[in-house]
Amino acid sequence: MPLEAYIALSAVLFATGAAGVLLRRNPLVMFMAVELMLNAANLAFTAFARARNALDGQIFALFVVAVAAAEVVVGLAIIVAIFRRRASIDVDEISTLRG
Amino acid sequence: MERTAPDYAALVLLLPALGFLASALLGRWLPRAVVALVACGAIGVAFVAGLSVTMQMAALPAAERAQRLVLWPWIFAGDFRVSLGFLLDPLSLFMVLVVTGVGFLIHVYAVGYMHGDPGFGRFFAYMNLFVLAMLVLVLADNVLLLMVGWGGVGLCSYLLIAFWFERPEAADAGLKAFVVNAIGDVGLMLAALLLYGRIGALDYATVLSQAPQALDQRAATLVALFLLVAAVAKSAQLPLHVWLPDAMAGPTPVSALIHAATMVTAGVYLIVRLHPLFVLAPEVLALAATLGALTAFFAATLGLVQTNIKRVMAYSTVSQLGYMFLAVGLASFSAGMFHLMTHAFYKALLFLAGGAVIHALGGEEDLRKMGGLRQRLPVTYWSFLVGTIALSGVLPFSGFFSKEEILSAALAGPRANPLLGLLALATAGVTAAYIFRALLMAFHRPPDEPEHARHAHEAPPVMALPTLALVALAALGGLVQVPGVSHAVEGWLEPVFAKAHADVVPPFSPWVTALSWLVALAGLAVAWRVYAPPAKEAPRVPSGLYRLLANGYYVEALYSAVFVRPFRALARGLGERVDRGVVDATLDGIGQRLADLSRGLRWVQSGYARSYALAMLLGTVVLLWYLLWK
Amino acid sequence: MEAALFWPLALVAIVAAVAVIAARNAVYSALFMVVVLFCLALLYLSLGAEFLAAVQIIIYAGAIMVLFLFVITLLNPQALPEQEHLPGQRWLGLPLLGLLVLALVAVVASAAWRPLPPSTLPANNIVAVGQAIFRSYLFPFEITSLLLLVAIVGAVVLAQRRA
Repeated sequence: MPLEAYIALSAVLFATGAAGVLLRRNPLVMFMAVELMLNAANLAFTAFARARNALDGQIFALFVVAVAAAEVVVGLAIIVAIFRRRASIDVDEISTLRG
Repeated sequence: MERTAPDYAALVLLLPALGFLASALLGRWLPRAVVALVACGAIGVAFVAGLSVTMQMAALPAAERAQRLVLWPWIFAGDFRVSLGFLLDPLSLFMVLVVTGVGFLIHVYAVGYMHGDPGFGRFFAYMNLFVLAMLVLVLADNVLLLMVGWGGVGLCSYLLIAFWFERPEAADAGLKAFVVNAIGDVGLMLAALLLYGRIGALDYATVLSQAPQALDQRAATLVALFLLVAAVAKSAQLPLHVWLPDAMAGPTPVSALIHAATMVTAGVYLIVRLHPLFVLAPEVLALAATLGALTAFFAATLGLVQTNIKRVMAYSTVSQLGYMFLAVGLASFSAGMFHLMTHAFYKALLFLAGGAVIHALGGEEDLRKMGGLRQRLPVTYWSFLVGTIALSGVLPFSGFFSKEEILSAALAGPRANPLLGLLALATAGVTAAYIFRALLMAFHRPPDEPEHARHAHEAPPVMALPTLALVALAALGGLVQVPGVSHAVEGWLEPVFAKAHADVVPPFSPWVTALSWLVALAGLAVAWRVYAPPAKEAPRVPSGLYRLLANGYYVEALYSAVFVRPFRALARGLGERVDRGVVDATLDGIGQRLADLSRGLRWVQSGYARSYALAMLLGTVVLLWYLLWK
Repeated sequence: MEAALFWPLALVAIVAAVAVIAARNAVYSALFMVVVLFCLALLYLSLGAEFLAAVQIIIYAGAIMVLFLFVITLLNPQALPEQEHLPGQRWLGLPLLGLLVLALVAVVASAAWRPLPPSTLPANNIVAVGQAIFRSYLFPFEITSLLLLVAIVGAVVLAQRRA
């Protein structure tokens, strides 16, 4: 398989994730879309690691997974905290920081 | 020698510094007795250390009596090198002894005078700092460090004159002293810059040894002139004398310290320390002599009409400093230093005794409201009398010997100038008259308000003892150098002037001695005639002359018209037109535009997370396409 | 063999990804997300990243997605109101996304599409990755542990009930 096929798949998944972040109003789904984008990047990393015959891309992907885990934990905690306070999770209603 | 002189020398500076820190940082919390003990102890032990250094120095051969004590490098930048270094030589040690010795007595006296003042700790912090600054000034081994002490003395004089800052006249007097001193500071700075520009160094050794080669006639004159401006401002000579009489607004011990031990003597010291530069510019030296003689006479006549006891002594100080300027102007440097020393003794004595009178009367300084105090305050009376006689220059009290030398230098010396000499001789008579007048008015005349004097009480021992010590010094201090017999001061200072052979030692001339004595006695007699007890009515002085003197020859009015008022008008105009119309308007305008811009941009911060995500995507796409296109 | 594996997996992944963002119910989104993650894990295997594939299954599908499902069921969000606060979002976002895809496609399409060279990666991937992490990447690895600790503390602080 050519490298470009993996990169193309990665690009499509990334765009799909970006669309999810832009268009959905459910923060949980937005989070999953962000995860989708991170996974697209991971796929590209791994593919490049294979193409260059070097392990570094894989290690990078591992770190991305760890950072994503931390991000999800904090993000979900924030969502829970907000839901407790406002009984709603529509991100558009959380606009207290309006200038 | 197991212990070298410089070790104790560091102590001379360290102790006042520590005393200042202790009083300044802890003075509020420590008991007053501790503050007083630390402040007086610091100066007292510094005096002992200075004495020890002097003794060790005296044991050395004359040529080795100049040692440098370099504490650490101060400013090292390229070719510009200045160390925090101190010079121990006969001249600086002479000053150290005068400053710490008289300063110590004044400190002790101040413990009694200032007891009960809420700013006790602050007062002694300033006093110690004052002495420290003066010591830095006299011990510095380069012009830059001298300027540090010079500025420090100016700062402390401001702080102490305005010590009772809640009184408007004290705050104004402090400000006046500071402003007039700033004129001198500019002179000193210009001289230092010129010296550095021509010679490339600021330490005395290099400057003084290379000056004859490095300075042409014009530069030498300019340097000497700038230095003279500095000295004139600091030592309150014509035409910059105006700050000293007003400086009486401070507490009396401060006046004593400023007049006797520190501050005003700095101008004389500056000229003596840098005398090789003045020798290169004889016209400037002649100018210093002329200014000195004029100031001496002018201030002495003003002393005749003052009604405030402290102002009498203020003009007396200006006048006596005029004598010192006359002496150094005639290149009789050691005679000037001798007079500096005796003056420190008897002027400090007069201030302390006068302070005791003021203290006894609960702060009354007006001579017209005193009188009849001789019986109530015998100790103070006799002290003041000794100071009066010493200042008048009556044999064998200290003022006689030093003044006699100056008069000899002016009338009979190799550089004699008959005009200035006669002026100085006349001043001697006026001096005796004005100080005797003050004595008669304060102690002999029957009081106008008898109940005032009845409550007067003698000063406590803590004030009386330093006064008595000064009585001894003022009476006998002149005997160290009796014309034609001993030359202690000249001999001690001789190594300083040896290199340039600059010091002109006045010859002993019996007729000058006789003349000066006669003139002084004549002054006393005139004062006795006019102010002796029975004459209660005001003395008859032509009213036009009286008004001229009472207004200080209208110098203040002239300055007010020429400098102060136009400057105020200019400042007000600038403040209203330029500051508000241009500066404020510009800044307000910038602020207003920014506020408008921010209000216009507020919608960007919508608070919607998805809008922010969209903006990020927009940025990503733009960047991506830019990279592809490139 | 590789091509036979890649194309079906790619197709499934894309369809599942679109389903993630299109599903009405967040639970369905999470389930489709698991499908995407599995497909990617298989692709990692074919790329010789066995350890990463295992991590993908265990951490992502096993831990993170389970956490998602917990939160979804905990909050049990009602259907969101239809009201759209940002009417321009769709009309601005979709063209921008189009431009993004166009740029990515342009790059990929202009490339050579040559088959990957034969792999010279170490045969035992897990040993090699372990050695890389504990030798060249030791410092970032330790920093990551600190990051995770901070995240744990942060989550506890954020989610605790205030009195």
